[in-house]
Amino acid sequence: MLSKRRLLSFAAGVALVAGASFGAAPASAQQTLRWAFQGNLNTLDPYGINETTTLGLQGNVYEGLTKRGKDLKIIPGLAERWEVLDNGLRWRFYLRKGVKFHNGNDFNADDVVFSAQRVVANNSQLTSRLSGGPEFVKVDDFTVDVKLKSPNPILHYAWDTWYIMDKEWTEANNAQIPPAPQATTPGFATINANGTGPFRITEHQLGVRTVFEKNANWWGKPEHNLDRVIFTPITSAPTRVAALLSGEVDVIDPVPLQDVPRINASANARVLEGPEVRTIYLSFDQMRPELTASSVKGKNPFKDVRVRKAFYQAVDIEAIRRQVMRGAAVPAASLISPLFFPQIEQIKRHPFDLAAANKLMDEAGYPRTGADNIRFEVDLDCPNDRYVNDGPICQAVTAMLARIGVKINLQAVPRAAFFAKINSPIYNTPFYLLGWTPGTGDAHNVLIDLMHTRTADGSGGRGQFNNGGYSNARVDALTSQVLVEIDTAKRDAMILEAFTILHNEVGYIPLHQQALAWGVAKSVELTQRADNQPLFYWVQKK
Amino acid sequence: MLAYILRSLTQATLVMLAVAFIAFSMFRYVGDPVASIVGQDATLKDRQELTESLGLNDPFPLQFVRFLGNALQGDFGISYRQGRPVAELLIERLPATIELAVISAAVALGLGLILGIYAALNRRGVIANIVMSLSLIGVSLPTFLIGIGLIFLFSVYLRWLPSFGRGEVVAFGWWTTGLLTDSGRKSLIMPVITLGFFQLTLIMRLVRAEMLEVMRTEYIKFARARGLSDGSVHFRHALRNAMVPVITITGLQLGSIIAFAIVTETVFNWPGLGALFVRSVEVVDIPVMAAYLMFVGLVFVVVNLIVDVLYFLVDPRLRGGITVPSR
Repeated sequence: MLSKRRLLSFAAGVALVAGASFGAAPASAQQTLRWAFQGNLNTLDPYGINETTTLGLQGNVYEGLTKRGKDLKIIPGLAERWEVLDNGLRWRFYLRKGVKFHNGNDFNADDVVFSAQRVVANNSQLTSRLSGGPEFVKVDDFTVDVKLKSPNPILHYAWDTWYIMDKEWTEANNAQIPPAPQATTPGFATINANGTGPFRITEHQLGVRTVFEKNANWWGKPEHNLDRVIFTPITSAPTRVAALLSGEVDVIDPVPLQDVPRINASANARVLEGPEVRTIYLSFDQMRPELTASSVKGKNPFKDVRVRKAFYQAVDIEAIRRQVMRGAAVPAASLISPLFFPQIEQIKRHPFDLAAANKLMDEAGYPRTGADNIRFEVDLDCPNDRYVNDGPICQAVTAMLARIGVKINLQAVPRAAFFAKINSPIYNTPFYLLGWTPGTGDAHNVLIDLMHTRTADGSGGRGQFNNGGYSNARVDALTSQVLVEIDTAKRDAMILEAFTILHNEVGYIPLHQQALAWGVAKSVELTQRADNQPLFYWVQKK
Repeated sequence: MLAYILRSLTQATLVMLAVAFIAFSMFRYVGDPVASIVGQDATLKDRQELTESLGLNDPFPLQFVRFLGNALQGDFGISYRQGRPVAELLIERLPATIELAVISAAVALGLGLILGIYAALNRRGVIANIVMSLSLIGVSLPTFLIGIGLIFLFSVYLRWLPSFGRGEVVAFGWWTTGLLTDSGRKSLIMPVITLGFFQLTLIMRLVRAEMLEVMRTEYIKFARARGLSDGSVHFRHALRNAMVPVITITGLQLGSIIAFAIVTETVFNWPGLGALFVRSVEVVDIPVMAAYLMFVGLVFVVVNLIVDVLYFLVDPRLRGGITVPSR
């Protein structure tokens, strides 16, 4: 009995190998792209986790009503066009006809209405895609109305990563809601995928490899020449670099900054660098009457704008860009990338000026005292495995602030411990480094999450990531107005006003937008979009 | 013999409990699993609900007892990050690690014995001295450095061997092996060397030292005086007596080969248990971490048990020692 079973599995094994070698044989005629990334593709469920790379990979398989182009501009996706009616209270989406899911099912309005329910269901991590509770109504098979309680000019801004799922397939496999983290069986959609996109997944071994095959029946005109993509997670950075240099993979993401010159010097690969949309910044606890980890007792020095500005002007941003980031960063004057909000370029950084910074500290009433000749001590909380060179940035800041007599006690820890400490509900940090990408690609996200006044534990849905507790009544008012203002020019002016107030009050110290660095084989041409999504559908391989 | 084994088993159980307790209490300091499950911009309410439903708000003793109770039934829970049963994940990764560890151990033991004996018998030979000098590298260089060095020589520069992964594997039911395909065998070479090199040099130096020690004893002289052949003196008398410490060390090293596979697996992107563990630490996947540490603990305990039993077979003196334990 047992031996029979063994024999069967042996036969299955042999068949697998035969299949593999059969698949490999005509590989010379076929184009296979091999992509290595530092992290896993943990779930295929498009509502399973709100994280850029996962959503980006899924975006090769699934599609949203909208898409974003190479320059991040919103373009039609599964909706051919849309219009805003009833003074912004109703949006009408006209769906693309003749689109089929990978299993052959037709795409229609029922799938959109179903996906709208699933994305806000329990355990979905993408409920923010439909914030404000819009109501989806099927008008006919290819028309959907979205009814709103109040106007929302950015309703569809994050819909490029709200992927439409097949109602029939999901129901047939009992995956109507995303699986709970404590569920005892994996969700069907966690390990299987059925989208409308240019690629379909034919093999998924979590943590080992995922194989994407070209979808020959895709509705659009392919801009790639690939037949297959093999995605491999490779954790160790030197191994990733070695795999690229030895020609075993075609693309690696990311490249450690110190390896950039070596890859560029090699015969078969190069580094593609570009600006990313994430902004790295420092900020201070401006809320508590006394800091949690500082030598100053009985008051909070960061409530004084002069102290905040002194810290700002003591940071030599050019030195960080040149030395720590090896040139791979764009200094930022505000919390949003100009790629998302070009007018932000009107705000210029406060200049690096040690004399001015020292003078501000004197005026604020923190003279240098004691044998150490320092003004005061304070902790700096910093992750050491989250952003590009985050630990070294904090070390540099520590050294820079020593020059204005502030002794920084650096607490650089892995991200899991870091976020548990500094985020809601405890916000246990006097001074910290963090990075932020507006998930919607719109400034309102920065206003409401980072700049709006928050409650002590961050509940209430506003200012939850305003960890330092910056607060300004005018900024709060502008945040509410920006949400419902439909006139673009007025809206942009309000956004700029809010960011200008923040800049003058030094609520944050923006540092830079870090650069993306991908290692790419010379035989491959691709588009590196600033949101760092691994998109296969613009890849040409020779 | 039975009493001896029973006593070892009791000790093993205590060790496992201690491992479980230490592992479990450490997890409170690795960070917040919820933050890594839900992503950065989840609302506070979502996170609090999730913390509650995962039972992370319960008091520590309750969480520990619940974990132990489930673990005894072979249920290690569900991976926070992957949403699949932990036992299933471990079993899926087990073949890769076992294959790598067993081959490394076999190579280390086989080559270590041969080279050690050779170096002991030809103490002043040129080759023996070269081997001894080279073995210093194995003892002193850290694993990841050897691995990266090999990758750059054989993958990047010479392009003979693949730098990462297992190549094509063949499946027999739940077991997978790379030994039956060309790319699978090629993929094994560098990880096996990296993982086994330290053990190889250690075993070799140990065998040599023990052999030299034994060769100086009276009964070897006596054996020679009896006119026994070189082969008989070297292998029946000297080697057998030199083996007791070698078995101890080799046994312990087999445990550490599986445990230290973490580094080798990370460097070579080997899809085994160690790589799974490293990933789990990054995202605070507590169920996977706990199960893995329990597994490593179990490997050490079982290997020690086997080593204890092997003593009996190799060293007759121990058999007399049971009735009057010296401890």
